[in-house]
Amino acid sequence: MSLNRFTLFGALLGAAIGLGSVTPVLAAEVELPHQNWSFEGPFGTYDKASAQRGFLVYQQVCSNCHSMKQAYYRNLAGIGLSDEQIKAIAAQVDVPTIGDDGQPTTRKGLPSDHFKAPYPNEKAARAAQGGALPPDQSVLIKAREGGPDYIYALLTGYTEPPAGVKMGEGMNYNKVMAGNQIAMAAPLSDGRVEYTDGTKPTLEQEARDVTTFLAYIANPEMEQRKRLGVRVMLFLAALTCVTYAVKRQIWSDVHH
Amino acid sequence: MVGLHKSEFKNPVINWVDTRLPLFTMMTKEYGVFPTPKNFNYFWNFGALAMINLMIMIVTGIFLAMNYNASTAGAFDSVERIVRDVNYGWLLRYVHANGASMFFIVVYIHMFRGLYYGSYKKPRELLWMIGVVILLLMMATAFMGYVLPWGQMSYWGATVITNLFSAIPVVGDYIVTLLWGGFSVDNPTLNRFFSLHYLMPFVITGVVFLHVVALHITGSNNPLGIEPKSSQDTLPFHPYYTIKDSVGMCVYLMVFAALVFFAPDYLGHADNYTPANPLVTPAHIVPEWYFLPFYAILRSVPSKLGGVIMMFGSIAILFVLPWLDTSPVRSAKFRPIYRQLMYVFVVVCITLGVAGGKPPEGIWVVIGRVCTAYYFLHFLVILPLLGKLEKPLPLPESIANPVLTPIGGGPLPGGAMAKPMEKM
Repeated sequence: MSLNRFTLFGALLGAAIGLGSVTPVLAAEVELPHQNWSFEGPFGTYDKASAQRGFLVYQQVCSNCHSMKQAYYRNLAGIGLSDEQIKAIAAQVDVPTIGDDGQPTTRKGLPSDHFKAPYPNEKAARAAQGGALPPDQSVLIKAREGGPDYIYALLTGYTEPPAGVKMGEGMNYNKVMAGNQIAMAAPLSDGRVEYTDGTKPTLEQEARDVTTFLAYIANPEMEQRKRLGVRVMLFLAALTCVTYAVKRQIWSDVHH
Repeated sequence: MVGLHKSEFKNPVINWVDTRLPLFTMMTKEYGVFPTPKNFNYFWNFGALAMINLMIMIVTGIFLAMNYNASTAGAFDSVERIVRDVNYGWLLRYVHANGASMFFIVVYIHMFRGLYYGSYKKPRELLWMIGVVILLLMMATAFMGYVLPWGQMSYWGATVITNLFSAIPVVGDYIVTLLWGGFSVDNPTLNRFFSLHYLMPFVITGVVFLHVVALHITGSNNPLGIEPKSSQDTLPFHPYYTIKDSVGMCVYLMVFAALVFFAPDYLGHADNYTPANPLVTPAHIVPEWYFLPFYAILRSVPSKLGGVIMMFGSIAILFVLPWLDTSPVRSAKFRPIYRQLMYVFVVVCITLGVAGGKPPEGIWVVIGRVCTAYYFLHFLVILPLLGKLEKPLPLPESIANPVLTPIGGGPLPGGAMAKPMEKM
């Protein structure tokens, strides 16, 4: 009887939480096919090889237009790059600074620098992109309903516009994009980048790799978070058992 | 010596302090030997859990504030910096963000428990009303806290909610300007919201103190809804309820930890990871899940002022609940019809929450309106009438002695005696 009531309340609350947060997802018009990601689930980790290939895609393709200003070059350590490699990558960019003579100059990038943005400001980006602003990629995975599934579906979702669809000037047809018109031309295609590890650079592979990389950049703390989480849950489970046993012991002399 | 307390503590240091400031005596009286009904079920954990949650929010909030930058130019980046660069900053942020959701889960269950077992009835009316004040303060705090990361939902949520006040006749626009500190949601708004968001939890702490004081004057209600008659009906708070609350706390922490470590963004909204942009309106502006039922009520009324009145009315009505419910019997256990209607009411509240999260189109408008109407019907019509019409089941003589006596001490209805009291 009392158990029933608990179950009912629990189920109702669960339903409320579930439905409440699923709601915005349902609002999306297109169904996003679910992909298997290495970083899913309570024990998920980043597929480092995939993330490194994804960094290559980012470097050669995305970074020409998109900024990633919250991330640092040193974050690349998390996808398995060595300190030397990171130093070399950072040194490829020039960072504006003030010289000893007080005049504006540049210096070589350092691992402690933020990823350099392709444009100095929003207006410059829009001017170069026909009015469209390429969104910052630091937390892009978290900023879209569906997360990695959405990014993957978008990158692989370019098709010819169906007959009768009138496209805006400079716009491209995409199955996933809201309104189906996107200013970004299809960024990836078979053989768009050259992988050094022998992986075949198909469109799907490139999209999968860069999504893994962006997921890492959006949640660089994820592996540490989940590792700690597993330990915390185990500790709390043990604590719950002990506490409940002590409770039974203390209450054993109470006559109900 | 006038005014000195006669302390019974043996330890000379404790005795010296206690004689001058009887904190130890007070703690022993209120949390040690405090006589507490022996028949609490686990729903009676949630008050203690809310207290723990409040402390978690204050502690994480203080450390977040050390690293947060309350300016429109820096807020979003500073939150990202907390997650990426501050030692265990991600933990602080995710505990604080999910802590808000946990706080509302705990407090809503605490309130439904109060509704089910009639904890708002004489002599606990004021205790209940103070609780409603805490709910209002929590809502204001949570709303302002959600604005601070300065994402798209922060900005547009703040715009929509502050604009509600413009519905107030004559002075509405002045109030909105005052809230904004200007003529739109902007830097001054963010600054004052941060200041108030830091202040409010301490106001809540003060009101929680009053809530606890009032509780310790009237004593707790219990699942049977009858007052303890003798020492046989009660147990000392410690160790019986300290340990029982600890069990609840462990389970609560597990739910909390599962959210924080494995799904920190599950209850949030993706749009809030896009920096605030006054020029781009999100497709659907929705508040956090815990406001959705009230949002549904707001949208159910075609007039703006009407919607605002109904929304605030849905909480204001709780203040007078002790006088709307005319039944002398507290616990739904002995009110067969009220008990069924209580389940209906819970379903209606949850449905309102679901409707509040949907775009206001088609069937959801109808569902929202029907549920809104029922919400008010429940308090304004059903409760006053039910108290007069419903025939309550016989109440047990005492908590310890489950012998049933009908109300007013009249002859026992046949079969009532045969039905043994259920054990909690």
